[in-house]
Amino acid sequence: MPKRADHFKINCSAFLDASGNPIGELPEFANSRETLTELYSAMVRTRTFDAKAIALQRTGRLGTYASSLGQEAIAIGVASAMTDNDVFLPSFREHGAQLWRGVSLEELFLFWGGDERGNDFAQARQDFPVCIPVASQFPHAAGVALAIVQKGEPGVAVAIAGDGATSKGDFYEAMNVVGAWKLPAVFVINNNQWAISVPREEQTAATTLAQKAFAAGIPGEQVDGNDVIAVRDTVVRALTCAREGKGGTLIECLSYRLSDHTTADDASRYREDEVVSAHWKAEPLVRLRAFLIAEHGWSKSEEENLIHACGKEVEAAAENYLATPPEPARAMFENLFAEITTDISALARELNNG
Amino acid sequence: MAELTMIEAIRAALFRALTDDPDVIIFGEDVGIDGGVFRATDGLIQRFGASRVRDTPLSETLIAGMAVGAAAHGLRPVAEIQFMGFIYPVLDQLANHASRLRNRTRGRLTCPMVLRAPFGGGIKAPEHHSESTEAMLAHIPGLRVVVPSSPPRAYGLLLAAIRDPDPVVFLEPKRLYRSTSEEVEDDGEALPLDKAFVLREGEDVTIVTWGAMVAEATEAAQQLAETGVSVELVDLATLKPIDRATIRSSVEKTGRCVVVHEAPLTAGLGAEIAADLAEHCLTSLLAPIRRVTGYDTVMPYLRLERHYLPNTARIVEAVGGVMEFA
Ligand SMILES: Cc1ncc(C[n+]2csc(CCOP(=O)(O)OP(=O)(O)O)c2C)c(N)n1
Ligand SMILES: [Mg+2]
Repeated sequence: MPKRADHFKINCSAFLDASGNPIGELPEFANSRETLTELYSAMVRTRTFDAKAIALQRTGRLGTYASSLGQEAIAIGVASAMTDNDVFLPSFREHGAQLWRGVSLEELFLFWGGDERGNDFAQARQDFPVCIPVASQFPHAAGVALAIVQKGEPGVAVAIAGDGATSKGDFYEAMNVVGAWKLPAVFVINNNQWAISVPREEQTAATTLAQKAFAAGIPGEQVDGNDVIAVRDTVVRALTCAREGKGGTLIECLSYRLSDHTTADDASRYREDEVVSAHWKAEPLVRLRAFLIAEHGWSKSEEENLIHACGKEVEAAAENYLATPPEPARAMFENLFAEITTDISALARELNNG
Repeated sequence: MAELTMIEAIRAALFRALTDDPDVIIFGEDVGIDGGVFRATDGLIQRFGASRVRDTPLSETLIAGMAVGAAAHGLRPVAEIQFMGFIYPVLDQLANHASRLRNRTRGRLTCPMVLRAPFGGGIKAPEHHSESTEAMLAHIPGLRVVVPSSPPRAYGLLLAAIRDPDPVVFLEPKRLYRSTSEEVEDDGEALPLDKAFVLREGEDVTIVTWGAMVAEATEAAQQLAETGVSVELVDLATLKPIDRATIRSSVEKTGRCVVVHEAPLTAGLGAEIAADLAEHCLTSLLAPIRRVTGYDTVMPYLRLERHYLPNTARIVEAVGGVMEFA
């Protein structure tokens, strides 16, 4: 018998089932009505933004947009676990987390509307803009974590990307250095089961994505990504661990992409509507609402007020976005370097003459 | 003042930068106890410690991507890619991130990083260790590409690159690492980026070159002087952005230009320089612009590399050609 060289185990945590019934004892924060309504409100706000963004895109007033429908609990769970000292490095599907971190609705509309000023966040100044080249933000997170260590800051770098991202080398290369150097970085995977048209099973033969952490020597965990309580709890634990100098964690959040990949995608080409409908039963807003109603007397009028307030806020932000004129064309040159170079000022002159 | 080789001058600049600025950090493969495979970081870990001189896992994308993240969060990383032949995975980080972070955040996040890499042929190195693919990098908007050609310029330009608030790829002609020594004053003085250096003034023909080819062109200029041809020698030094003004004014004076680079001909930087002169200095030109370059073929292994690399004889011949034209 060969001797066992090592032993790995993956936990999958969950606190609420799909109908909102508690599974076992809840973490401390989840006993607070105020905290839970805050989380719920943030998810509703995110979904309201999402619907408006799609509507604007469909009417030619926004660029291609990646919906986060059904994955709001991941964004809100992650962001609500973080502090202002932490640095967030998002993919393109985590609008809810950006909003929670203080990025404004107008900034998000500007970004998705094709205006770089949408990345010049008035708050969350250290957070990275959305990363489009899949998984390439993980090495940045390692670098931010390194800077945090060198400067003796209290923060943690938190990067998030999709299931498809775990097939890329940069994801692994970054996770590997987080392990090797015990860097304060938490990597989160939004496993929404699809990378455009490629289903999770075809992405990798690994039974979980969390287990990829073991190759890098850091803990890997799974969590029900439709359970905001579980996501937040898991991320809080990982952040605490990182803050205590014990290194990073990989967290795989299990969810489902209820929308098309982006507004440029037609998911009916590669998946059946019935399959998608089945996943609506497990979506994150319904279950937290059910729990709030059952345990905290969340009322119909509170629900209506919330929906109304989110709608109003998002409409106002969209109006502001639409009323914002584009930058002058020369803006494309002005931030290329700290100081405009001779070459570039010649181009700017050409543009103005043309 | 001390006589230093280029590798010693690079080490002196790194030493100086680490001393002057606590945010400067060095990382790469074998840069710690080994001092780098060419010894550019020799002794630095002993002096500055393993937290500021870090051996990374063997992972180029990580090295560059981590530099982007660290730079954006307040450090001044000087990262090393062991050989330019292994820089290709890094293009993603350079083109998609380092070069555009300032622009895409409208100045909120910036990327004051330096990526050092030894490049070029002439030292009988193994496969993948001798190419010159600087044009690929120079094609990326938002990136500076700098190549020193002597110990003092290595010292001054590297300091400038480290202090620059934007990303710089610093390509070191490894053939020059130990070929000569020169006086270098370790006074912490940087040399200007984005400026070409006129190494030799002349009347008849301008040679524009950089890196290891500066030595060949210098030798050519000396030989040509003996035959009565006066060469103005321009070391481009910063390959992007190109100091067009210096090249143009030199060619307006001489009326002739030969561009020399180790890199292959097609879509090389010589093409950009020739096009710029054709657009802006046509009426000053007395002869067609000539390019003396590596050939459009795969860099040969060491037994044939001397046939591939441009040399003094080829430069002299090209200059002879433009002199004969008019
Ligand atoms: C490196 C890279 N390759 C390809 C693409 C094109 N692309 C954009 S999103 C996507 C799928 C991403 O899937 P996943 O990582 O699961 O994230 P999700 O879109 O599901 O959130 C692809 C292939 C890209 N943006 N980056
Ligand atoms: Mg996915």
